[in-house]
Amino acid sequence: MADILVYSEKQDAALELAFKGKELGAALGMGLSAAAFGPSAADSAGALGAHGVDRVFVSEDPALEGLGVDVVAEALAQVACEAGATMVLIASTRRGKELAPRLAQKLGAGCVTDVSSLVLTDGSVVASRYAFGGNTVARENLTTESKVFAVMPKTFEIAAPVAGAGAVVQAALSLQPSAAKVVSRRPKDGDAVNLDAAERIVGVGRGFAKRDDLGLGEELAAALGAELACTKGLSDFGWLGEDRIVGLSGAKTKPDFYLAVGVSGQIQHTVGISSAKLIAAINTDKDAPIFQLADYGIVGNLYEVLPALVEKLKAL
Amino acid sequence: MDIVVSVKTNLDLQMIRIKNREPVLEAIPYKTGDLDKNAVEAALQLRDAVGESKVIVLTVAESNRKVRETIKEVLAMGADEAVLIVDPALESTDQAGVARTLAAALQKIGSYDLVLFGEGSSDDYSGQVGPRVAELLGVPQIGYARQITAGGAGVLVERSMDEYIETLEAPLPAVLTVVSEINEPRIPSLMNIMKAGKKPTEEWSLADLGLDPAAVASSCETLSNLAEEQDRKHIMLEGGAAEQAAGLVNALLKEGIVGR
Ligand SMILES: Cc1cc2nc3c(=O)[nH]c(=O)nc-3n(C[C@H](O)[C@H](O)[C@H](O)COP(=O)(O)OP(=O)(O)OC[C@H]3O[C@@H](n4cnc5c(N)ncnc54)[C@H](O)[C@@H]3O)c2cc1C
Ligand SMILES: Cc1cc2nc3c(=O)[nH]c(=O)nc-3n(C[C@H](O)[C@H](O)[C@H](O)COP(=O)(O)OP(=O)(O)OC[C@H]3O[C@@H](n4cnc5c(N)ncnc54)[C@H](O)[C@@H]3O)c2cc1C
Repeated sequence: MADILVYSEKQDAALELAFKGKELGAALGMGLSAAAFGPSAADSAGALGAHGVDRVFVSEDPALEGLGVDVVAEALAQVACEAGATMVLIASTRRGKELAPRLAQKLGAGCVTDVSSLVLTDGSVVASRYAFGGNTVARENLTTESKVFAVMPKTFEIAAPVAGAGAVVQAALSLQPSAAKVVSRRPKDGDAVNLDAAERIVGVGRGFAKRDDLGLGEELAAALGAELACTKGLSDFGWLGEDRIVGLSGAKTKPDFYLAVGVSGQIQHTVGISSAKLIAAINTDKDAPIFQLADYGIVGNLYEVLPALVEKLKAL
Repeated sequence: MDIVVSVKTNLDLQMIRIKNREPVLEAIPYKTGDLDKNAVEAALQLRDAVGESKVIVLTVAESNRKVRETIKEVLAMGADEAVLIVDPALESTDQAGVARTLAAALQKIGSYDLVLFGEGSSDDYSGQVGPRVAELLGVPQIGYARQITAGGAGVLVERSMDEYIETLEAPLPAVLTVVSEINEPRIPSLMNIMKAGKKPTEEWSLADLGLDPAAVASSCETLSNLAEEQDRKHIMLEGGAAEQAAGLVNALLKEGIVGR
């Protein structure tokens, strides 16, 4: 019996994959394996085993230190072989997204990255992902025997732990250290923000003329109880951190309300907001593409509209 | 140092219109990949910093008409030579096929110290091609580079991960992919655009690389490719700023977003 193998360097993401892996495995008659590497492998193995994974392959091989992509890909290829896995699910974090294709190439597998859904259709696992820069959603079917899917984090939920534990297997790996050495690592600047979970978001764009003017956006966000987010265009100025970017290369948000201020609405931005329940936009240009996506639109100058909005909200 | 930059020609996505959820692709112009231009810029800066170096741009496409403007643009930016792999069999390939073609072309070129890619293309953005080429060549890969320094026998790369900035060191040859923050690509001068046509340009077919069409056949079947359905109200709030603001707050009250 073939297995599905799940892996992520992030434990929560691995548990999300285990949830889907279990469901697909049950439908396809496949077992569920997972891999966990490095010093925290034993902890992760416990969590994975408690979430329905049949076998967790662990390794603390020193070559895995720093999680060099070449070594992790080799390790996963060896685990896939040992586990008899023909389908590998990886979380599409930055690390996972560069890992998945390298692993796929080793396995002679087809690969889909940035997967936003996995659906069983006529016995095949069909993966959806944005195509044409986010204009469309392509449904892809891999025709190779081995398949690698890199799935966006937070696509699946985490199941409640189940009784019983999976088997922990010491993986028999033969690895060389990575050719690339980690020289240093430092956290990114800026306060961490979790846009994925935000219920209300004020998204600001290059309609703001100066960095100082962002105070207007912050005030509005505070009045709405919203998180402040931005376009890549604005973040590229260095005015707000990358973790506040919404869109293709940032967060794919699902808030109840998204208010776009001085945002043109290029497709690479709007893919990150199209799942919002309600969208409003403020822009001076009546032809700005953002209005095509808006439930409520205000053609106007943010420097006039924002203070008025804050005043009205505070008066509630 | 021999630097090869892999450059893709994409559809100009700003020009795509959606009709009945289907993308309308007729008469959409092509453009050079955004991150690919960052990769070219990074290569030019490295060449000038290291000296005695050469920048070759490499592209894969089903027709040379598609890539003509792209190659002209990147040569005008300052790349020294271009290699085009053109073959009608590439019309229906996938990331693995493109990677196999690029790897074979790199082997034919023979000498490469650094191979630069965009972190993702401007249309499909799968990020698969660079890592697949690295595996095929059996060389180290460092993704998401935001600063590249050549030194000693290797390269020092600062890269941007989800939660931290990491600096890695790798021996050459190596594959790197770049993010947009690495630089601001130069805009070629008219003079350089005129000169670009005279730079050495090679064109090879798959047969020239010893590949047959089956080697690039796609293993990814696209079942559908449609725009998401969006059902929006499209209510425009009229009047002056105060009136518009009041209109929006009323709407938010009605929708239950505020005042709960
Ligand atoms: C591979 C790739 C990935 C990308 N990923 C992302 C991504 O994840 N997220 C993202 O956001 N972008 C992304 N982009 C960039 C994207 O294409 C756009 O460039 C960007 O979203 C534009 O940002 P903007 O709307 O802030 O700026 P602009 O497009 O410059 O728009 C500014 C808007 O402000 C309006 N305005 C000006 N003054 C005022 C005023 N006083 N009051 C009100 N409105 C005003 C203007 O009319 C205009 O519509 C990506 C691009 C590529 C190529
Ligand atoms: C419905 C559909 C139809 C398609 N039809 C075609 C078609 O007719 N012709 C076609 O060529 N593709 C076609 N493709 C896409 C093709 O499969 C991919 O574009 C190709 O495999 C590259 O993948 P990517 O865009 O995800 O590149 P990524 O892996 O995201 O690109 C990363 C980097 O790799 C390099 N790179 C990528 N592609 C090339 C290239 N071709 N040459 C040189 N460097 C490159 C660039 O540096 C780029 O920045 C189609 C895709 C779909 C979904």
